[in-house]
Amino acid sequence: MTVAQTELAVLALPRARKRGALAQIRRHPTIAIGAGLLGLIALMAIFAPYLGTVDPQALSPIRRLRWPSAQYWFGTDMLGRDIYSRTIYGARISLTVGLSVALLASAIGLVIGLVTGFSRWTDAIVMRVMDGLMSIPPILIAIALMALTRASLENVIIAITIADTPRVTRLVRGVVLGLRELPFVEAAHASGTGFFRILWRHILPNTVPALLVQATFVAASAMIVEAILSFLGAGTPPNVPSWGNIMAEGRSLFQVAYYIVLFPGAFLSVTVLAINLLGDGLRDALDPRLARRM
Amino acid sequence: MFAYIVRRILATIPVMVVVALFVFSLLHLSPGDPAAIIAGDTATVDDIARIRQKLGLDQPLYIQFGTWVWALLHGDLGISIFTNLPVSKLIAQRIEPTITLTISTLIVSILAAIPMGVLAAWKAGSWIDRVVMVFAVLGFSVPVFVLAYLLIYVFAISTDLLPVQGYVTISGGVGPFLSHIVMPSLALGMIFAALIARMTRASMLDVLAQDYIRTAQAKGLANGKVLIGHALKNAAVPIATIIGIGVASLISGVVVTETVFAIPGLGRLTVDAILRRDYPIIQGIILVFSAAYVLINLLVDLSYTFLDPRIRY
Repeated sequence: MTVAQTELAVLALPRARKRGALAQIRRHPTIAIGAGLLGLIALMAIFAPYLGTVDPQALSPIRRLRWPSAQYWFGTDMLGRDIYSRTIYGARISLTVGLSVALLASAIGLVIGLVTGFSRWTDAIVMRVMDGLMSIPPILIAIALMALTRASLENVIIAITIADTPRVTRLVRGVVLGLRELPFVEAAHASGTGFFRILWRHILPNTVPALLVQATFVAASAMIVEAILSFLGAGTPPNVPSWGNIMAEGRSLFQVAYYIVLFPGAFLSVTVLAINLLGDGLRDALDPRLARRM
Repeated sequence: MFAYIVRRILATIPVMVVVALFVFSLLHLSPGDPAAIIAGDTATVDDIARIRQKLGLDQPLYIQFGTWVWALLHGDLGISIFTNLPVSKLIAQRIEPTITLTISTLIVSILAAIPMGVLAAWKAGSWIDRVVMVFAVLGFSVPVFVLAYLLIYVFAISTDLLPVQGYVTISGGVGPFLSHIVMPSLALGMIFAALIARMTRASMLDVLAQDYIRTAQAKGLANGKVLIGHALKNAAVPIATIIGIGVASLISGVVVTETVFAIPGLGRLTVDAILRRDYPIIQGIILVFSAAYVLINLLVDLSYTFLDPRIRY
């Protein structure tokens, strides 16, 4: 299946099959499973202070490297910090990064995609640039940008957004190019509808399904990239309890205290799994032609 | 056909120009004085001036770019700030384990994923299909370093079957080489295999619905022959495409995998360069990886004409 076919399939979305959100969720249970899991993790992040946690930064050298027990559910690290508390608070970092990058990359990609979809000469230039950027693995773009800036959560979000935007742009542009040729857009144009009205009323709403699905995958990959950056020492500052940082701290101790790495790793995997399930379900629900295939 | 190959090769030039522009402008995109950032927090004014001069940052921008591209075309990727050695030499020293790991991962994941995808499509809706799809979703979701640590825990810490980490070249004996490369390849190949399995299944499902498949079955051809000779052959183009695109995930994963398994390749070089803010190395590595990615996708595009003789350009 080529990208163009995906986009056409998105365009072919039949309006008549819309039977309310509940019916869709019943037909595609992965949406409910993914959203439910994700909701649980979000609640965990929001109510982190009330979940039996202590200060995730509190040092306690006497209690360092304690194995998981009734008192320290996930054990303690080499500085005596409580891994359970750090892992629960770490969800805040991951979700913040995932959500921010998904929103920012979608917004920027949508604007550039709409412009290039309508303007031939910007299209030629911008798409060459996007092709070039897309041939650099996103993680290397993020690493390069992070190596140049101060380690901070904001910079991590900006770096990953820059790395992820070309793909969103390409997707939006493809959808717009397909839509432009469709009879209803031509009809609107022929009946004298203004350019911005066509853009706003006819083009924009039809990019939403594809963009929504793409945003879930961007969020999932942003979380993984954040964790990788932190794990490699180019991500959030070491004093932030992000899952990648906790794993980085446990790296050298893996053979004696593997629980330090495994707990945040498991949470990261489950969160990414939840988002992927949600994204797969959304794609199947919004795009019946693809649903059969993938 | 020849014209197509030439055109396709020429098309990689603008892509590589953009990559080069991006890599060059990285130093200038950053807020603040790049020389000061590279020098770090403890640098003196003299240190900063020295770095600025060494990187040519005191020259006008167009001269900097010209000199840099000219050197690049001669295979000169600059001088490492920390070690004072040519970046091209540092990369050449470290590239062998990375290439070995990438190739072994490609082999492992393609050999595992394509049969899985074919089986899943053939038995669509059955438990085999479900298992493959669950594998595909999980493969996308478990990050490479989490999987790497799980493998180490299972095969090295709790059972002692494989060495925890390290790397042995193939000249150091086939046994030790294989025992060191198997876990990194599995960890790195998971996402890639999930991607290929999914695409193989989707592409096969499309082909299996075609009339000529029914004809082949009706004339009594064995299932294996129909699946491989008729279906897989016609489903090959999208699979080749996804293998090319998926190489990006391999490259990203290599950096992490080498860190977890202490493999002295380009990934380790990258991580060391990040920690020392050795920018010429980071720039050189981005160029090398991106060139490799562009080259692989060029080969994939060219392979279409062999995979599907109907494609004539």
